[in-house]
Amino acid sequence: MKKDYTGVIKSLGAVFLGLLAGAVLMAAVGANPIKGYIYLFQGGFKSFERLGNVFAISTALILTGLSVAFAFRTGLFNIGASGQMLMGGLAATAVALTFDNLPRIILLPFMFIVALLGGALWGIIPGLLKAKFNVHEVVATIMMNWIAYWIVYYTVKAYFTAGLETETASISAAAQLRLPWLTDFLNGSYLNMGILIAIGSVIIIKLILDKTTLGYELKAVGFNRHAARYAGIKVNRSIILSMMIAGGLAGLAGLTYYTGYSINMQIGVLPVQGFDGIAVALLGATTPWGVFFAATFFGLLHAGKGFMSANTVIPPQIADTIIAIIIYFTATSLFIEKLWVRFKTKRAETKKIKSGGDE
Amino acid sequence: MEYIVEMLNIRKEFPGVLANDNVTIQLKQGEILALLGENGAGKSTLMSILFGLYHLDKGMIKVRGKEVSINNPNDANNLGIGMVHQHFQLVETFTVTENIIMGVEDGFVLNRKTAGNKIKKLSVQYGLNINPNEKIENISVGMQQRVEILKMLYRNAEVLIFDEPTAVLTPQEIHELMQIMRNLIKDGKSIILITHKLKEIKEIADICTVIRRGKVIGTVDVEKTTLMQMAEMMVGREISFSVEKGEYKAGDTVLEIENLNVLNNQKTLGLKNFSLGVKRGEILGVAGVEGNGQTELVEAITGLRKIESGSVKIHSKDITKYSIRRRNEAGLAHIPEDRQKFGLVMDYDLGENFVLKTYYQEPYSKNGFLKKDVIDKHAEKIIADFDVRAGKGVKSPAWALSGGNQQKAILGREIDLDTDLLIAVQPTRGLDVGAIEYIHKRLVEQRDSGKAVLLVSLELDEIMDLSDRIAVVNSGELIELVDNDESIDENDIGLMMAGVKRGEQQ
Repeated sequence: MKKDYTGVIKSLGAVFLGLLAGAVLMAAVGANPIKGYIYLFQGGFKSFERLGNVFAISTALILTGLSVAFAFRTGLFNIGASGQMLMGGLAATAVALTFDNLPRIILLPFMFIVALLGGALWGIIPGLLKAKFNVHEVVATIMMNWIAYWIVYYTVKAYFTAGLETETASISAAAQLRLPWLTDFLNGSYLNMGILIAIGSVIIIKLILDKTTLGYELKAVGFNRHAARYAGIKVNRSIILSMMIAGGLAGLAGLTYYTGYSINMQIGVLPVQGFDGIAVALLGATTPWGVFFAATFFGLLHAGKGFMSANTVIPPQIADTIIAIIIYFTATSLFIEKLWVRFKTKRAETKKIKSGGDE
Repeated sequence: MEYIVEMLNIRKEFPGVLANDNVTIQLKQGEILALLGENGAGKSTLMSILFGLYHLDKGMIKVRGKEVSINNPNDANNLGIGMVHQHFQLVETFTVTENIIMGVEDGFVLNRKTAGNKIKKLSVQYGLNINPNEKIENISVGMQQRVEILKMLYRNAEVLIFDEPTAVLTPQEIHELMQIMRNLIKDGKSIILITHKLKEIKEIADICTVIRRGKVIGTVDVEKTTLMQMAEMMVGREISFSVEKGEYKAGDTVLEIENLNVLNNQKTLGLKNFSLGVKRGEILGVAGVEGNGQTELVEAITGLRKIESGSVKIHSKDITKYSIRRRNEAGLAHIPEDRQKFGLVMDYDLGENFVLKTYYQEPYSKNGFLKKDVIDKHAEKIIADFDVRAGKGVKSPAWALSGGNQQKAILGREIDLDTDLLIAVQPTRGLDVGAIEYIHKRLVEQRDSGKAVLLVSLELDEIMDLSDRIAVVNSGELIELVDNDESIDENDIGLMMAGVKRGEQQ
């Protein structure tokens, strides 16, 4: 059985074209693109600290990407990862600040669970609206983003500030996902337990999608809800469940970001990871490990861009532009797929002509 | 007499498929040429070349004796060639007139009145009976087809290509379409008719070119050729039209419906006080014109539609309030009307599709985990038992299968459930003769083995061939339930389908 690599080829094609466009831009500002890329990748790989930061940055992206990809695979478009991430983060931060006298071994699982529930709740509501009233999830999740934004805004201001009005107090060391020995080992990198949560989620989601009856049901509903209903699958329940799981994943992204990468929460920010998650899911061809590698790649670009601009005349915005261009090419991946298919058929045809075959 | 259209030695190759190989067809003015062939034989490719949708690799097209090159549908239109597609190309919210003049509006300001008058004149001339001001969404499928025909006539088409025109029509509409075609011929138009329905060819066509696997098998004079001969040319082997059935031995009642009332999509009663029983060892056929309660009946039994009042029982167990899954578990297999919308998950492979109703049961899964090896083995068995042809076997996605094989896959899955009741709705819609023969054989096999089969079909022939008893429906009511024996013929059933009971027939 030959495996289908079209998804991988498509994504690599998008990355290649993005890097190529980045090279053109670097040349346009008068820099040497090869040097630029060497510094960019050195910025991500040069030391343990930098390598750790690559994964620290990608942790939340893996989870939001997974959230969007999971919804995609079950026929739903989750634009609400930002809001779900906020709610998960808020729940975890609130617990961390309120129960800071609990032992770490209880406090961290507690935070994990409330983050999961907070995000899940923010997914269930659009799911319910879709199942019961046929409200499109894109509209509902976008609105939920803003509701989360303002809830964080007022709740933090009212209950969790210390000193600064615009952010929560810093959570105690016991409530942080950071591991002191790991931080020391990686010379102060931000890498934390969140990466384990992210990788664990990748494995579990892959398992659900590929191996379980639950995944079978959810995908069937996503592909063809009429056939699913005909087969006796409860379509509405599946939609709600899918959104709940997607929301839960984004909620965990909030946990890893606000209590691992950062140690407090700022108000007035809709986390960009929620939207980047869409790009990550697309670039990862909506498969769990695809999401993992796509998020890591984005993490690399983010981690390396400072080093690049410090050592060259290239502004760090070029890295963002590369990401944007890659997103663009992924979104228009149909084009790349077409090129690939044409290339394949052409090769097949040449082969046939060479062998003189004409059946 | 000179030919109006000639396609000479046409060759067209797609990557991996030789769709047309040295194909020649010749059409005289005022004639109907039937293009007969199974699905995928290359008929549509050939016509798409004539209509400018594909380019030919080799060969020549002559119109009125002159060689022409047709690069797009506009070229075809300018040469007086028009095509009535199988899937209509109409804007639902536009009126008939607006649809017809689309693309040939003549100037910036729409002149609906002149256009409307011209359309009305054409409509009268060919007996189309069309109201130019009606919106497409408000007229029947048969009428929509006439709009497509008018579109061609409005553009002064002399040669009309009909692509499987009767696939979507009721028996009455088919009859009327035949009349329209005769009117067109009388007026000097010429027609190419793509079809795999032999009876229609026999009824209307003058000559018939048979295509099999991209090659012309032969061109025959329809009058001098029997149905049997044409069928053999098309399929390449002998076809039996009559279905071999064992003796009718009905057993106890499996499905019992009592006083069922069900709403249709318009929220009026689509099924009125409907009662019916299906017994072991029989095929009960439901005959009727489309939209007379068949869909509501099937969906009420299978749980896809809410029941207002009345009851449905399987083996005298009341399942009226059961969920769809519990009904399936109570012993109900269902070949749905729309195989792509309901019957299959097109993006799932065959293995996954074969467990669509059983994936959660052992041995296909355990503790919530699918057992892929068991699922694949099960799929291999169905593929072998039901002769499902798929390139990658178990791993073929459903969309990669031809219509006939998709239907065989559904048939296999449902029969494999081994339930006492099998509901088959339009089981052979759009399939070619070979596949129809196969599916009929398997349905009769189920009956002979003592299953209860409820067959719902719009093809009266199918009902007459297979059923032991026939229930005729009209506007959601059971008109009559008759034994299918010598005392009854197609005309009787046809009248009942129009709502006239036997006692009232003259």
